[in-house]
Amino acid sequence: MKSNRLPTSLIAVLLVVLFAGTVLCRSQVEKLRGKEVTLEEVLYMPSGKTVKRLSLGYSSLLADIYWTRAVQYFGNKMNQGSMRYDLLYPLLDITTDLDPHLIVSYEFGSLFLSQPPPEGAGQPEKAVALVNKGIRENPSYWRLYFTLGFIHYLDRRDYKAASEAFLKGSEVPGALPWMKVMAARMAEHGDDRSTAVYLWKAVYDTSIDPQVKETAVQHLTSLRAEADIEELEKRVSIYKGRTGVLPSRWLDMVRAGLLPGLPQDPNGAEYKLLPDGTVDVQDPAKFRFIDRDRNK
Amino acid sequence: MISRLTAITLNTFREAIRDRVLYNLILFVLLLVASAPLFGQISIGMERLILVNVGLSSISLFGVIIAIFIGIGLVSKEIEKKTLYTILSRPVRRWEFIVGKYLGLIMTLVVNTTLMTAGFYIALTFTNGLHKTDALLLVAIYFTVLQFLIVTALTVLFSTFSSPIFSAIFAFALFVIGTFAEDLKNFAAISKGAAKLLATAAAYLMPNFASLNVIAQTAHDQGIGGRLILFNTLYAMLYSATAVLAAVLIFERRNLK
Amino acid sequence: MFAIEIQGLSKDYAVGFWKKQLRPALKPLNLAVKAGETFGFLGPNGAGKTTTLKLLMSIISPTSGTATILGKSFLDPEVKRRVGFLPEQPYFYDYLSAHELLDYYARLSGVSLETRKQKIDGLLDRVGLGDVGKRQLRKFSKGMLQRVGIAQAIIHDPEVVFLDEPMSGLDPLGRHEVRELIQGLKDEGKTIFFSTHILSDAEALCDRVAVIHKGELRGIGAINEIRASVAGRSEVIWDGAHALSTVSGSLIESHVTGETVRGIVRSEDIDSLLEQLRRVRAKLISVTPLHGTLEEYFLARTAEQEKVIS
Repeated sequence: MKSNRLPTSLIAVLLVVLFAGTVLCRSQVEKLRGKEVTLEEVLYMPSGKTVKRLSLGYSSLLADIYWTRAVQYFGNKMNQGSMRYDLLYPLLDITTDLDPHLIVSYEFGSLFLSQPPPEGAGQPEKAVALVNKGIRENPSYWRLYFTLGFIHYLDRRDYKAASEAFLKGSEVPGALPWMKVMAARMAEHGDDRSTAVYLWKAVYDTSIDPQVKETAVQHLTSLRAEADIEELEKRVSIYKGRTGVLPSRWLDMVRAGLLPGLPQDPNGAEYKLLPDGTVDVQDPAKFRFIDRDRNK
Repeated sequence: MISRLTAITLNTFREAIRDRVLYNLILFVLLLVASAPLFGQISIGMERLILVNVGLSSISLFGVIIAIFIGIGLVSKEIEKKTLYTILSRPVRRWEFIVGKYLGLIMTLVVNTTLMTAGFYIALTFTNGLHKTDALLLVAIYFTVLQFLIVTALTVLFSTFSSPIFSAIFAFALFVIGTFAEDLKNFAAISKGAAKLLATAAAYLMPNFASLNVIAQTAHDQGIGGRLILFNTLYAMLYSATAVLAAVLIFERRNLK
Repeated sequence: MFAIEIQGLSKDYAVGFWKKQLRPALKPLNLAVKAGETFGFLGPNGAGKTTTLKLLMSIISPTSGTATILGKSFLDPEVKRRVGFLPEQPYFYDYLSAHELLDYYARLSGVSLETRKQKIDGLLDRVGLGDVGKRQLRKFSKGMLQRVGIAQAIIHDPEVVFLDEPMSGLDPLGRHEVRELIQGLKDEGKTIFFSTHILSDAEALCDRVAVIHKGELRGIGAINEIRASVAGRSEVIWDGAHALSTVSGSLIESHVTGETVRGIVRSEDIDSLLEQLRRVRAKLISVTPLHGTLEEYFLARTAEQEKVIS
């Protein structure tokens, strides 16, 4: 008996096959397009204001989408070890045009922008511009001043600007007291290690983001090692002064009474004594923020 | 079979025309005429770019709106109004009906788009003169038609089991989600566990309109590779076929009122 | 040879909030219609007539049972080339003209281009729509749409025609014309299966009828057999109340108003009654056969609780 419809099982199989086909084609399409084509459209947009108008009132949702894209873009690039983050600033600019009150995009976005590659885009001037925009739009949010000062200090080494930022921030109602302290320290001892330690401790104590805390720990560890190295090299000079030669190993200095034991870095590895009398860590990769030119 | 399919396709087309769908072209022309000089005054030297963006985006948007508005009623209207009774009492197979209706709406959209494209290029000639690179824009328009294939297939699918209002909502929602398809995939990439599984499934299930939107690139004279055109075409055809097949599945088993 | 064979066709609808209860719209139906027969499917509104037709046309699917049309399964799409259907209160695409609709439908039924060109105008004339062929259907009255409905049911010259309440919504002139049309189809030798609740139409046109009520077949038979099974009556009115005593034995009923008597008598007893009235010099006013033979059969069949097939 002839039925007037196609058998269900046949249709089901066909559906699965066709859909599998779409999945395959789509993978090919995405591979051919490359990851950044959608993002690159950001370069073509006339201005964030136009995008905002076009978004018909859904601008803050669109801002969230663009912020997510910015984070994805940054993460992907960093995983690839890239040295260029060209689309980062346009993405952040559009994001903050769409939602000027999306604080997180100013805070983190500017940090991504200002850090030197490969950790960031290495564009501290653009980062400063971004944070200033954030401050303009959110004048009561004092933490942005902290971010601003931080960027001036860390990536631009402009201690005067950093101090001014901390000072202005300290005047915002609700600002924590150490903003004033930071302002003072920046003004007097901008390049000092103690200032750096103070700053990073403040970051560690006040931040809730685990990644930021981790970065702070890294910095503090490097500063610790820096201090150790300075002290060790001083004692090497003393040894030379007494004996006329450089020590060939740590044991020599221990025997000379200049060291209580074999010196270890904050990670527990032994410091290296180099033939020219300088000291270094075993694994520089673990201490990326050591700065030999820093003042005490 | 061919005769019946052709008859249903042409009749669906005829219905759309008599429903005055082509009047949307008037609005389109007005938009084109207004856009270039009006917006061009705001940013110097941007006249062509504005015209291209407005023109191509309108072709896409108008088409999607037509696809949804006509598509939601394609099947449900016939069931409601019982015009189907005298059709199904003839040797017409139910799948022929669905496919014929689908092809009829596609035909309407292709005709509409062709007329719009002609108008667009005329406007382009008057504003900026025609250049060789303007041919690239045809790829963007072709991809827009591929989008129509998918949107129409989805609305026909919804039309077989859902009332017009819900069909419109579903179709519109899918259009929006499909536009942000790549963000959905990103989300799937960063989630873990069960959420990752669900998000990945959703990402592939949703139509990918992001890859079919090359208006920005072609507006800036960027070419589109041949392989990309091929795979996008295959994707659109396979995805539409899946949706139409599902529509047939539902419609064949449906008891009418 | 049977043109239509219905074998146990039934339809239950799932009702209630959870769709758990079953409401039987059609209980298992067994019925056969010979080729060339005009078959009336009678029943009150909601009896299951339209359900039966929708099942045969595959508009809805049966809960159980099957059927054949012209020897082929009712599910075979090809058999529909030889079948025409007029639904109850038909709806057509109102943006088409009558001519366009017939052309479209004929094409769907497999009629060739030449045949279509030849036959459509003639058919429009035949159903009385000759001068409005180019007008859009949205401007048609109910009666005109009914005619279009009949036209589309026969444009492809089917052997079997199904009509659901073909007279509904028509004025007396329209009903007369549709009756003529159906008679014409009958003369062409087509098998006609039509449902109605208007008994006079069935009586006039059908060879056989079936009575259906509450989804069940209650009776089936040839028209003249049914007539014979239910005695016919006549009404006799005369002046002369004095005659009552003489004739009252023959009367089934009588009503007196002054001198005028209205009596109901069995039709075969009319002659003897008239003879009696003449003898007592009563003044005869009128003799009217009472129609309703089929009506009585119908009422009897639809009143009973149990199923009776004579």
